[in-house]
Amino acid sequence: MHELSIAQSILEILNRSVPNEELGNVRTVNMKVGMMAGVVCESLEFSFRALVSGTPLSAASLSIARVPFRIHCSACDRTSPTQHGFALCPHCSGTETRIVSGMELQVVSIDLCEPVLETS
Amino acid sequence: MSILTIQRKVLEKNDEIAARNRELFARRGLFVLNVVSSPGSGKTSLLERTIATLRGKIPLAVVEGDVQTDLDAQRVARYSVPVVQIVTNGGCHLEAHLIEDALASLPLDSVKLLFIENVGNLVCPSNYDLGEHMKVVVASTTEGDDKPLKYPGMFHKASVLIINKMDLVPYVNSRPDILKSNALKINPSLKVFEISCTTDAGIPEWCAWLEQQVSYIRAEDNAG
Repeated sequence: MHELSIAQSILEILNRSVPNEELGNVRTVNMKVGMMAGVVCESLEFSFRALVSGTPLSAASLSIARVPFRIHCSACDRTSPTQHGFALCPHCSGTETRIVSGMELQVVSIDLCEPVLETS
Repeated sequence: MSILTIQRKVLEKNDEIAARNRELFARRGLFVLNVVSSPGSGKTSLLERTIATLRGKIPLAVVEGDVQTDLDAQRVARYSVPVVQIVTNGGCHLEAHLIEDALASLPLDSVKLLFIENVGNLVCPSNYDLGEHMKVVVASTTEGDDKPLKYPGMFHKASVLIINKMDLVPYVNSRPDILKSNALKINPSLKVFEISCTTDAGIPEWCAWLEQQVSYIRAEDNAG
């Protein structure tokens, strides 16, 4: 259950990226979470809601796009999604593979209900 | 509605501190392993047998992570090696800043090999880089041979798999060859050792490999 500490890290990113007076305008935090990132999205959303409750960010929620797990095989030079996190090439059974997606844990963008004020 | 595009890794702060730890390890010529597993697979027993074998050959130190108690640090301290216990008070994994703090209490000048024993948990510790060179995942024969399939995240991130409790194979239903082939489906580049901390089977091979890794680090250090 490390989703609470991940939610805490998301809050820190919001606090660093959005000017204080704009925090109340944050509506949606758009995220990419890989299928093999080891994160339970429902728990992450629950933890985030619990942390922002009663704060200027209380109107904010997470919007999570799941990213499929894919590997690239250097033997046959193909990129393929695989089931269950298998890293064997499904075409040639090659073992010289690398993971190209599915491990992401990223904040991509933040939707605010008002334009961000110019700080100059 | 306006959109602020930021593209930030959620755990960037942890990763920054992990990078600082990694720099410190490189500067000191330390080889660092992050040992992970489910609870009860034998991480501490593995460290005890490893320390007993390498004592006098490689100066080493240990950081222990547990949810409660310093029982593991007490076990390791019996071998007269520097050890620091981190008690997470409920936290299910170690984070890079906890390691950074713990390093301050260790005599790093005289150490070449550092073991970090993570909290027993096959899920959460996989997300947190501590600055280590490699993750070593321990899976014991009593846990069943399907663990790599059920917890692929940890096996993706690990470089070494230790199959522990080989002496119990006659008494359990799981098969180490199947455990190994399942792990290699998830991560074909895993280096695998089959070990018993009770009979010491496999311990010499594991320790010889460790000595080799430490010598590579020294070589790099001298070259720099």
